[in-house]
Amino acid sequence: MGEKNDKKEKKSKKEKLPRQQMPEQKADVRKHNFDEVPLGYTKQMAMQEASRCLQCKKPACVEGCPVEIDIPEFIRYIQAGDFTKAIRHIWQRNSLPAICGRVCPQEDQCEGLCILGKKDEPVAIGHLERFAADYERHYGTGELPPKAESTGKRVAVVGSGPSGLTVAGDLILKGHEVTVFEAFHKGGGVLIYGIPEFRLPKEIVAQELNFLERLGVKIQCNEVVGKTTTLDELFEEGYEAIYLGVGAGLPRFLNIPGENLVGIYSANEYLTRANLMKAYRFPEYDTPLVKGKDVAVFGAGNVAMDAARTAMRMGADNVRIIYRRSREEMPAREAEIHHAEEEGIQFYLLTAPTRFMGNDQGRVSGMECLQMELGEPDDSGRRRPLPVKGSEFQLDCDLAVIAVGAGANPLLTQSTPELQLNKWGYVIADEKTGKTTKKGVWAGGDIVTGAATVILAAGAGRQCSNSIHDYLTIGW
Amino acid sequence: MFEIVKRKEMAQGTVVLNEIKAPKIAAKAKPGQFVILKANETGERIPLTMAYTDPEKGIIAVIYQVVGKSTALFSTLQEGQGFQDVIGPLGKATEIEKLGTVVCVGGGTGVAVMHPITKAMKEAGNHVIAIIGARTRDLLILEEEMKAASHDLRVCTDDGSYGHHGFVTDVLKQTLEKEDVKLVVGIGPVPMMKFVTKMTKEYNVKTLVSLNSIMVDGTGMCGCCRVSVGGETRFACVDGPEFDGHLVDFEELSKRLQAYTDMEKESYEQFKCACQS
Repeated sequence: MGEKNDKKEKKSKKEKLPRQQMPEQKADVRKHNFDEVPLGYTKQMAMQEASRCLQCKKPACVEGCPVEIDIPEFIRYIQAGDFTKAIRHIWQRNSLPAICGRVCPQEDQCEGLCILGKKDEPVAIGHLERFAADYERHYGTGELPPKAESTGKRVAVVGSGPSGLTVAGDLILKGHEVTVFEAFHKGGGVLIYGIPEFRLPKEIVAQELNFLERLGVKIQCNEVVGKTTTLDELFEEGYEAIYLGVGAGLPRFLNIPGENLVGIYSANEYLTRANLMKAYRFPEYDTPLVKGKDVAVFGAGNVAMDAARTAMRMGADNVRIIYRRSREEMPAREAEIHHAEEEGIQFYLLTAPTRFMGNDQGRVSGMECLQMELGEPDDSGRRRPLPVKGSEFQLDCDLAVIAVGAGANPLLTQSTPELQLNKWGYVIADEKTGKTTKKGVWAGGDIVTGAATVILAAGAGRQCSNSIHDYLTIGW
Repeated sequence: MFEIVKRKEMAQGTVVLNEIKAPKIAAKAKPGQFVILKANETGERIPLTMAYTDPEKGIIAVIYQVVGKSTALFSTLQEGQGFQDVIGPLGKATEIEKLGTVVCVGGGTGVAVMHPITKAMKEAGNHVIAIIGARTRDLLILEEEMKAASHDLRVCTDDGSYGHHGFVTDVLKQTLEKEDVKLVVGIGPVPMMKFVTKMTKEYNVKTLVSLNSIMVDGTGMCGCCRVSVGGETRFACVDGPEFDGHLVDFEELSKRLQAYTDMEKESYEQFKCACQS
């Protein structure tokens, strides 16, 4: 009898505490604006969600975090309503919480390992991280975390994306002098040129950069390392260690006929125009961008979803994701696919483009595709898509965005022959320390691993910053 | 800010020269390389090949024709004011070697780009014949400078108001007939480069052209400036801006340059209205 009652009580407790859903803009409204889609937790929601955490003694979630944030501890502070302590606790491991809380694939990392997730939904760790960072931004005291005494050592960080900023944040707190070099006119790397406003407001990136600047990090824009200056010149200027976090900035194309027609963009170009150059606000901003009615986006990763949803917001009638494999193989986060579907993005799966057609002004007007079927697994372990004979069909298309990944940009590596590269042109770096084959130079993020995620880049940055600190205090 | 230390109008105010304080770029820049300029917060990133540099004074110079909103905005910047952003030097430098007789053909503001290349070709020991042209005499730029940079300067105007009456290709043809030309460098509007390369192909003379593709980052990241060269896609920003003119698909280039014509017009009209009111 008593046992039965117990079970009932447990069940009702669970019913009282479902995972707090984050409110979002409605799909039919948001597909016409560039404002952020998820709106964030209220204090009450955050505290309630935090109370779902079991405070495991051996927390699996932490093992899933590339920068090993002490997750249960910061959640405990949120549950107690001490948001200031919560964010300070996160900062010990992560300099970019407002960003990671938004764009990390938590379902594959911390939340994917959450014990609650076995029977129920996991604790919304990402939402809580975001909440703590947002709360600090809006209501925080602005008090900075403590910094170690100055070592007088200078470090140059090349690239101001997530891995570079993580290194900068880590090393400035350890007392080193840090300058970040950025080729674009604005800092933030992929966070500013790649990820759209509706997924990561640029104001937040600016605030995270400002936080680092207040800690003493110098951010030097318009400096193309490899062109304006070389690594050896940086050493001559007195930098004792250099971290390369330049990303994988080389666009891949489809290599099919008609690809150079006007209106066909690499995802890098399309998103840079839209995000960094704010082309969606043309003519208030001077950079133009083709507005398509029938849009095709090739690829099915997060970048493809970003491009498709941007095109929708620019006023397209039809936005089609064209992907040669099936839904199961789509690399994008489930949440991004879901958001795209809600906004009316169409998915043409098992479909591969064969050529583009143009009009007499050299603008893209259509394309031809082939149906595919899945064969045996290929090198990547995914079933290889094979064309179905005679299945060609045509689609109207006046804007196409190619989002099939990025390669290694050779600009910097070509100017530095001592850096050994692998056969794809990525920098060879020690797996544990991030040391490259050139003394005093570390590398991490996409330029080592190939295109991956923000948090993996930040995780690589963390490993390197530990090694750089050892080098500056002990030796190579 | 990158300060404009000298501003000069040329060709009846349709072309503007800016000397800009940019010591790091000036120290590194070589003939044929370009910079990307952005006037202000809302501005567009515009690539311009440098006309000359003075590393000692830390100065780079660009010369541009006012053709749309962005260049019109540039032209409003006075001495003491400046560009919010200047990035460079970008692209590959011109390969300068001693070859013998080299002909440098410049049209319009292409003459500005041609100037440092001409000078370097002469300094390398080549016999340099320069041919420059413009629609009419008033639009001709850098005549004196080109005279000094070459051994022999030939000038053409489309309307015959000065020098040879006709196109630069007429004078080029005469030159190719008479001289043992080892290399032609042709820089100017796309139609001019197209006709120059068409002619030199007949004479089987190697020809370099410098392409002014639309760009965004200028570091090989976006592929906006892609151009077909010998059937392969190349990026003007990192593989160029100079290419073997006999292999460039000028039809495609010219269509890609017109990608935003309508939007550019809209933007320019709005800018002119705002300036008037």
